[in-house]
Amino acid sequence: MNFTALAARLNPFGQRRNSAAPLEPVNTALRSDRFRLEREADWLRLEAIIKRMEQGKLGRISDEDLLALPALYRTAASSLAAMRETSLDAATLAYLEQLVLRAWFQVYGPRLGFFRWLREFLLGGWSRAVRALSLDILITLGVMVAGVIAGWLLVASDPDWYYRLVPAGSGQGRVPGASAEDLLATLAPADEIGGLSTFAAYLFSNNAGVCILAFALGFAFGIPSLMLMVHNMALLGALLWLFDGQGVVVELAAWLSVHGTTELFGILLSGAAGLHIGRSMAFPGDQSVLASAAAAGRRSALVMVGVVFMMIIAALLEAFPRQLVAGTPERFAIGGVMLTFWLAYFFLYAPRKPSADEPAA
Amino acid sequence: MTAAAVPFTNKRRREITTPEGLTLPLTIASRSARAGALILDVMIILFALIAFHIALIAVAGGLIDNMGSAFSAAPSGAAEFLQILLIIVVFLSWYGYFLVQELGPRGATLGKRILGIRIAARGQGQAAARLTPEVVIARNLLRDIEVFYPLVFILVTAMSAYAGENSGAMIWVAAGWFALFLLLPLFNRDALRAGDIIAGTWVVEAPRLQLARALSARPASAAEKTAVAPAARPAFTPDELGVYGERELQVLERLLREDEPAALATVHTTIATKIGRPAVPGDARAFLEAFYAALRAKLEQDMRFGKRKADKHS
Repeated sequence: MNFTALAARLNPFGQRRNSAAPLEPVNTALRSDRFRLEREADWLRLEAIIKRMEQGKLGRISDEDLLALPALYRTAASSLAAMRETSLDAATLAYLEQLVLRAWFQVYGPRLGFFRWLREFLLGGWSRAVRALSLDILITLGVMVAGVIAGWLLVASDPDWYYRLVPAGSGQGRVPGASAEDLLATLAPADEIGGLSTFAAYLFSNNAGVCILAFALGFAFGIPSLMLMVHNMALLGALLWLFDGQGVVVELAAWLSVHGTTELFGILLSGAAGLHIGRSMAFPGDQSVLASAAAAGRRSALVMVGVVFMMIIAALLEAFPRQLVAGTPERFAIGGVMLTFWLAYFFLYAPRKPSADEPAA
Repeated sequence: MTAAAVPFTNKRRREITTPEGLTLPLTIASRSARAGALILDVMIILFALIAFHIALIAVAGGLIDNMGSAFSAAPSGAAEFLQILLIIVVFLSWYGYFLVQELGPRGATLGKRILGIRIAARGQGQAAARLTPEVVIARNLLRDIEVFYPLVFILVTAMSAYAGENSGAMIWVAAGWFALFLLLPLFNRDALRAGDIIAGTWVVEAPRLQLARALSARPASAAEKTAVAPAARPAFTPDELGVYGERELQVLERLLREDEPAALATVHTTIATKIGRPAVPGDARAFLEAFYAALRAKLEQDMRFGKRKADKHS
């Protein structure tokens, strides 16, 4: 005992098992210990399998072991149940409890690998999650439209508002009082392609951050998400007013629509995802607040993963076609195709759910 | 080896019920362990990114300098590729580090594994739930807003206040609001952060114990050796065993497993005095093992008849 205790202390991560499985015939006075000795070989085998599963070495588990896993898990679980009623060996009980818990985490762990999950997500899971948020999307859309109108009206009543809404420095010459030619010049395609792909990567990481913020703020009953929507859209409204004053609003709309149909759709979805969580916490129905928030969180998290994809696409569109394609009709065509694609993907594409045993996501 | 379960904080114990109807005890990870794990994870990401940056400059630094100056304003294709690579690597490591690891079979990042904790699904009521990818995604998307934005915001606010700038009351309101997010785990029993509430997860301890020796079982050879003088240690009478309960049995078990001679000697004297037997020095371990086996046999037999004795007072 002295030696094993010392060895275990010196080597806490060691795989010593000799202390547990006596190979010699044993005398034992206690029925509970006989019970244990009859079953501990199964427990140790289960532990070895679980350990390999935890290390992600599924390929190193033999077929017999994999087939035996469910039976071994149930053996350990029923051993635990029996020993709780008959044994006072605290160490063995603690061992069994952690063993069954670890086995439970593995047996009932995430069953899909990341790539299989991604495939299922793109082929139906995403659009299903978006449709589950239809009401929130409508509300958020309303709020965004209201934000645009509010921005327009504010700036129309007092042009000073423009400087408060639009951060200084980002205007690039789009200021009240600029001529139509100046304004159109800001929409012209870039002369050279240099730096555009870096620009795209930067835009993506920036926009994805904004969307995650809009989602995460939903936690506070959705109100900050909606405020963020109003603020961003008021900026758009101010911009529209500015260009409308010089009669070039159609050109602006075309310029924006190239990436805007994707980007604004993504922002709409992330705002709706945030609102969905906030709404489910404010009005949990007959569930507890925590359960309701968790269910909503799972649905909206799926939408958010999709939003990150949309931001990648939007950044690419913003950096390349928008800067390289000059004509207003061509710009509208690109934007229109993207919008049609997203609407069709989310609301028309509804393949049947592949597995029925998973609770509704 | 010192595996005896000593529930030092029952406040953090929870029970879940598996689909087999078995209740399993869980221990909620302490808040300090979670903070420590997060700090470790952030350090790992930061150092990995810095190392990546240095390696990139070491490999391609000359390329960026030469090409940049040769072709004036527009960056060269290679340099631009490196810039994009850097932006994407930073984004992916920030979000991917947590996602990929928590989706793995251990359900824990490196920092969590080092501190012996993992994430688990909370489930409805007591029923245990399955961890799914969207759950892990949800809890990780909220980390920025509830930990890093608040920290940065509060730091910036404090610094500007220190510098004497008058930033107005709104800043302090916002700082308080952020602080509420940051400190949320302190205000609920299960130490849930906002991401845990949204995702329906909690962070629990992930114990890894080894199966300890069965104390009453001994190899046949050893049993013969100690059985040379059975007369010296007659069987304990039910009255002698009746003075102790399950709690004392567990303490005795732990002492026997820890095997500290000084502690064993003390306890030997105490027990021998209590039941009125002479305490022969040098005999402590053998006496205590015999007493443990007898006491456990009696308590377990009572247990089978539905009689439990929690401790010596009951």
